[in-house]
Amino acid sequence: MAAWLGWEMGSNWTEPWLFLLYSIVKPVSGAFILVLMYTVFVLTGNPRGDPAAFAYMYVGNSFFIFVASTLWGTFEVIQSDREWYQTIRYVYISPISYYVYILGRAASRVAVATFAVIVTLLFGVLFLDVRMGLALENVPLFVGSLVLGIAVLLAIGICLGGISFLTAKHVHGLAEGIPGIFYLFCGVLFPLTALPEWGQAIGRAIPLTYWFDITRRVLAPGSSIDTSLAGYDNAQILLLLLVSSLVFFGLSVAIFRAGEHFARKAGKIDMTTSY
Amino acid sequence: MTTATARSSDLASRIRLNLRAVVGRAYPRVIGANREPSWFFFEAILPLLGIASYVFIYEAFGARAIETIMDGWCLDHACASPDEIATYVAAAKANTNALIASVVLGGTMVAFWLNVLWSMASQLYWEKEIGNLQLYMMAPMNRMALLGGMALGGMFMTSVRAVSTLVTGVIVFGVLFQVADPLLLLAVFFVTLVALYGMGMMFASLYLLWGREAWHMSALMEEPIFFASGFYFPIGGLIPAGAWGRAIAVAGTIIPAGLGLDAMRQLVLGRTAFGGGLWLFSAEVELGILLVLAVVFLVLARYALAYLEMLAKREGKLTSRHQ
Repeated sequence: MAAWLGWEMGSNWTEPWLFLLYSIVKPVSGAFILVLMYTVFVLTGNPRGDPAAFAYMYVGNSFFIFVASTLWGTFEVIQSDREWYQTIRYVYISPISYYVYILGRAASRVAVATFAVIVTLLFGVLFLDVRMGLALENVPLFVGSLVLGIAVLLAIGICLGGISFLTAKHVHGLAEGIPGIFYLFCGVLFPLTALPEWGQAIGRAIPLTYWFDITRRVLAPGSSIDTSLAGYDNAQILLLLLVSSLVFFGLSVAIFRAGEHFARKAGKIDMTTSY
Repeated sequence: MTTATARSSDLASRIRLNLRAVVGRAYPRVIGANREPSWFFFEAILPLLGIASYVFIYEAFGARAIETIMDGWCLDHACASPDEIATYVAAAKANTNALIASVVLGGTMVAFWLNVLWSMASQLYWEKEIGNLQLYMMAPMNRMALLGGMALGGMFMTSVRAVSTLVTGVIVFGVLFQVADPLLLLAVFFVTLVALYGMGMMFASLYLLWGREAWHMSALMEEPIFFASGFYFPIGGLIPAGAWGRAIAVAGTIIPAGLGLDAMRQLVLGRTAFGGGLWLFSAEVELGILLVLAVVFLVLARYALAYLEMLAKREGKLTSRHQ
């Protein structure tokens, strides 16, 4: 029911095809920004280009759609119910788990993101000559890593949602900033080796870095890019993602409960902070 | 009192009233931000990370290009001598700096564009939702003074983020700017802001008409506009992409930030940056177009506001929420 509600609110009760189009235009435009950045790099004295770096960037950016959509779909729930629709008090006192309700609301975002990722990848292969493919024997590995990656993202989103119980309407700053951390440190657009040592250390401490790496290994094998993660085999990365999803799930429950507790104590559960 | 004196006194009082309205509407934005220091972290620091990602793309591209040159490949031929290698490496470094500077400037302007979308264009709709709009409509000041105050307050809030982006670019990423004509640069910057916020004022009325679609409209005008207006790359990069690239570039220049950025990049990187081939027009021509855009948007905003107010009153929707 919450997923259906999430779809209807997200789409503003419009026609499904119109909302799908809208959901695709944004990420595809994001991909186009990178395409043009690469084009300008080629035009400014690099006529041979760097197809390997382009494929690395394109695949990473396509899967980043999951990060942006899942995180936004999770942590904006509290603020949208509280600040915009001002319905949080009614949902909150209803006899359901608010945690599960948020997961349900996020589910529709994950579904739309999946569609946008597929469209973006197909566009890259068909029109931009991005070198990638999915071998049949790699399908289970791909699906397994995808499920674990999304589980980690949902758990991180709920952690942020727990914090947003206590903050003012910073949801746009959070929406830009938190994915920005992953965009910068997780080797999404460029290999970790481009970052300074301390930045690489942060990147290696974030499980999503490994998710992006295994996704690229499956979809764009044989790349000449040095990711500095070659020492980890696929099984190790899957295990790491599994452990991370469990740890973040535990954290999300703890942070969500703590945020809820302090918000109730301070009378902030249904505050509005418009100015 | 003569008729002329009465008119003059009336005009002075209206000017005072509207100026007070401008200050009154700008005040909560400036003070609200100061009362809530967490705003600085969320609105000024966190967004820098996304911009830094784009900077590192060019850093990574540049590093790989230099690696190739050091391996003995000077673009399309084998390097003939160490001197040639040094020349090509220097050129690659200069290009990388110019590209990174383009991203930093674009990141600065992104702050203003987002402010225009979320705190100008959407604002009257939000005000209606929270019940303030009817109070504004009953107050005796001009509605443009209200929007002007919102714009000024928004510019202050956004300048903090814009300045932190610029400072980060210079200090952390070592971007070099060579400002040859500071007066022209300032003129382009401020005219761009006036045109941008004029556009925001116009959108504010339209969003009132579109109602609940406001949120989606703003969301839809982020990445597509970043792309079409060349926020993270010189907009002239679209031209070699054929007819569709030229069409997108032309469409992108309707948003004043596109032309403003192109002019500012010319003025801080030098007109010969990128071989001089990625600029749309000269900075002076772009300043002229921006001036026209500023006037057009402000006039349209005035008319759109009056029309929407009349329409909303006639249809009785001025205070009805969630529509």
